[in-house]
Amino acid sequence: MTADSGIRANVGEIPTPEFESTPVAAAPPLAEARVAIVTTAGLRVAGDVNYWQPTDASFTVLPGSDRDVQLSHFSPNFDRVGFAADINVVYPVDRLDEMAAAGEIGSVANQHISFMGAQFDATFSTMLLDSGPAAARVLKDDGVDVVLLTPI
Amino acid sequence: MGVLARVLEEAGIATVGLSLVRRQAENIKAPRFLHCEFPLGRPLGKPRDPVFQTDVIRRAFALLDRSDVPVIEDHPQVIDDETEAPATCALPPRHDPDAHPAVDEALGLRPAYNRQLAASDGRTAVGRVGGADEIGGLIERMVVLAENGDLAKAGFDALSVRAAAQDIRAYYEEAGLALSDHVPGARRIETWFYTRTETGPILHSVSHKLKAAGEDRSTWYYMLPSTQQR
Repeated sequence: MTADSGIRANVGEIPTPEFESTPVAAAPPLAEARVAIVTTAGLRVAGDVNYWQPTDASFTVLPGSDRDVQLSHFSPNFDRVGFAADINVVYPVDRLDEMAAAGEIGSVANQHISFMGAQFDATFSTMLLDSGPAAARVLKDDGVDVVLLTPI
Repeated sequence: MGVLARVLEEAGIATVGLSLVRRQAENIKAPRFLHCEFPLGRPLGKPRDPVFQTDVIRRAFALLDRSDVPVIEDHPQVIDDETEAPATCALPPRHDPDAHPAVDEALGLRPAYNRQLAASDGRTAVGRVGGADEIGGLIERMVVLAENGDLAKAGFDALSVRAAAQDIRAYYEEAGLALSDHVPGARRIETWFYTRTETGPILHSVSHKLKAAGEDRSTWYYMLPSTQQR
């Protein structure tokens, strides 16, 4: 049993809202799709050193051209060296740019979104009803039709 | 993260998610997940491996064609963390006999930290409470706190002490990365810091002291990763 497997077991026990159905949006062909990243890694642009606290369901907007982003998640319970070495192991902006240049995807959004994950019930509600829809509007305004979600 | 997938889908944006905790992905019933049994903190699996990362993304995007939602596919490769195998980063020799050994050590690691800072074009996780120039001072305050368990006397509160612990850890991990000739397996440098350096055990002592002093669990527990709690 690895150290991570114990954490996985605990996180898997965090209660989640119960849903009866699964909403599904239609995606255009990938070669025509405008793609954004939404991560729950708790990323902020450099210089914004606010310490992201538990129950904070807000989001940050990450300019697509910016690589100076900081991992500001409150939890110490995951490897941080991978991100220190290469942001793409969490936030694969360079990979999307390469796929767009190769024509695999249509284009990359001008901006991406970060929330902070490992949250609990009250925060789920805020994300469902408030900050989540607000983030969706930011992406819709940018013409995004496909999102790659990455955890931490 | 699955909650966000649902919100985005309802807004007309198709999503595909990478999952690190399969049970969460199952519970939330978002339409498409690629479950990656990769280390926590490395959802794309391998840092500095663009080919592997792109392959992960392609496998995820392939789920956009599936109509049998909700669907969770498993990435065929498992990558475990290596918490039990601390990295073998060299530590600096004693330089200033008048300084606390932990402070002396941290100052001795500054060139390595600076090399990583340059290699990452100035990107660093150090800076919540203080920058690299303040790390020695933060460690001195942690030494005081490990002795008396009094946050105020050490110049901290419940939030800033955790943030300072994160700064110190980040400083050491970024220095450790520069002292490695490759990116070590997940948590190897973490374990090096908490078990092989002068400073790591001080954070253990602080956590224990704050617990004994009756501080809230959210303060002492989050001084260390759960993988390093002893």
